[in-house]
Amino acid sequence: MPVETKEEASYRQEGGVVHLSGRLDAEGSARLWRTIFQRSHKKRDAVKSIDASGLTYCDGAGIALLFALSRQTKASIDHLAPEFQKLLDQFSSDSFDRPVDPPRKISAIEKLGMGGAEFGRDLYDQVVFLGRMSVVSVRTFFRPSLVRWGDVWRIFEKAGVNAVGIVGMIGFLMGLIMAFQSAIPLKQFGVDIFVINLVALAMFRELGAIMTAILLAGRSGSAFAAEIGTMKVNEELNALKTMGIDDARFLVAPRMIAGIIATPLLSIYANLMGLLGGFIVMMSFGFPFAALYRQVTANVEISDILSGLIKSVVFGVLVAGIGCLRGLQTRSGATAVGDSTTRAVVSGIVLIVITDAIFAVIFYVLNF
Amino acid sequence: MSDAIIEVKDLTAGYEDNVILQGVSFEVQRSEIVVILGGSGCGKSTLLKHMIGLYHPPKGDVLINGKSIVHAEGEELQAILQSIGITYQSGALFGSLTLSENVRLPLEEFTDLPSDAMDLIAKMKLSLVGLEAFTGSLPSEVSGGMQKRAAIARAMALDPQVLFLDEPSAGLDPITSAELDQLILRLNESLGITFVIVTHELPSIYTVADRVVMLDKEIKGIAEIGSPEELRDKSQHEWIREFMKREVHPA
Repeated sequence: MPVETKEEASYRQEGGVVHLSGRLDAEGSARLWRTIFQRSHKKRDAVKSIDASGLTYCDGAGIALLFALSRQTKASIDHLAPEFQKLLDQFSSDSFDRPVDPPRKISAIEKLGMGGAEFGRDLYDQVVFLGRMSVVSVRTFFRPSLVRWGDVWRIFEKAGVNAVGIVGMIGFLMGLIMAFQSAIPLKQFGVDIFVINLVALAMFRELGAIMTAILLAGRSGSAFAAEIGTMKVNEELNALKTMGIDDARFLVAPRMIAGIIATPLLSIYANLMGLLGGFIVMMSFGFPFAALYRQVTANVEISDILSGLIKSVVFGVLVAGIGCLRGLQTRSGATAVGDSTTRAVVSGIVLIVITDAIFAVIFYVLNF
Repeated sequence: MSDAIIEVKDLTAGYEDNVILQGVSFEVQRSEIVVILGGSGCGKSTLLKHMIGLYHPPKGDVLINGKSIVHAEGEELQAILQSIGITYQSGALFGSLTLSENVRLPLEEFTDLPSDAMDLIAKMKLSLVGLEAFTGSLPSEVSGGMQKRAAIARAMALDPQVLFLDEPSAGLDPITSAELDQLILRLNESLGITFVIVTHELPSIYTVADRVVMLDKEIKGIAEIGSPEELRDKSQHEWIREFMKREVHPA
């Protein structure tokens, strides 16, 4: 019994001949495809030819149906209108029958090795980058005019000044939360006045610097990677290179200088905001401002402030440097810039934490 | 007597293990317009990038004014790079700088000219390409054709002897493309600039090219060198004659 579509594509089999007729477009082919192949499969040997004389229209899907049917049954296609025959003649069974090399399977050990090699290459790139930046630093130290100071201030404004709001808010809330969380246990021992010492020391020595650096890694390190990565995709880095302009000096140095200036300043600001949060909590518990102020000034030493500042300068170098490096490493393709941005943030945060741990050991050994 | 400004000598071009061209040798004469042509994937842009020192060839050499761009380093490389100008397929203008600032950049980097002089020179270079009214525009504020012209102006900032253009007509309408051809001819005639152009645009090739270097993917090298008309009418290869007539090879 003929199977019909609403577009009137129809199929019937009489003896060894399959008759196709009507409009064999995507819709008609979709309706007939499964039925035809189930039947022709069952009666595979029986199909000798395909009579296409009744076809009034045939698009890509229809040609695909004819092609697949003739390949499967090895039957000839007869009486196909010349305009459809031209379409069909563009495809040869030989090229479709040729085996395609399957993608090579990579074993777990190979993957491990490739990961190790990739890590090694990345480490090498970082060392080379560090070397290049050292050369640029020395050159620009002796000739400050080599630095594009206009770019430095523009980047400082974007990465530093525009981050004041978020850094201040997070710093304030950290101080506030720390004071609340520590006030309850310390109150049990009647030493809750020391809560402000805890807030001040934690912010100045550790949290102000690390929190600011992590915020900058997410906010500015990613922006540097995206900006430089886009320039690479747009061949702007090639243009710089062939103009004889060093991209490390032209693009990286202004960002690193801006990072080195912005991170300590933002870090100090975060410390003060954290302290403000602590003060507000403690004053709400009934401690007078003067007592809290005396407590802080008597117990926070200059070395506490300096240790945080030294770390924040190093964090500034790391955040800006890794952001720029990931931007310069951007490959081609639509996802490349996104990948670089992600890598900039992840690498930035990992490096900050590792460096902070190293600082902790050094400061402990030096009793700083 | 030969007055070659560029000499490509037995160059092997490619990326890492993938050799795309080998044994490529040809010369470009001073004030000549040479087009590098060939089918897709034959290595036209790769060859260009080796000629401008962007990639280091595994073998062979490229001499510009008799000096090797492959082996030069430091100030010598700097001097070679300042004698050439390059425009990329995308224009590669710096998006955060205005057209004038883009053209000023090489002047700022390599000259001690006062700021007002650099402004004037930038405007003059932009006027050469018909963009004097757009000096303060950002690249994103002008059309693709204007960006290509501004890129040529930037490439000319330091008065190079050679301009390398990578697909200058890509993505441009036929009228803008024809205007760009006229600009190339005008700069060649008035300033004597040598051009090395990678393009697929046959009308452009017939308009501007003195000679065409035809690359062949199969042999990974140069199939033939000649004027566009010679290649179209007298080439020893049928596919080149068809290519130059834009005819499809019969199946």
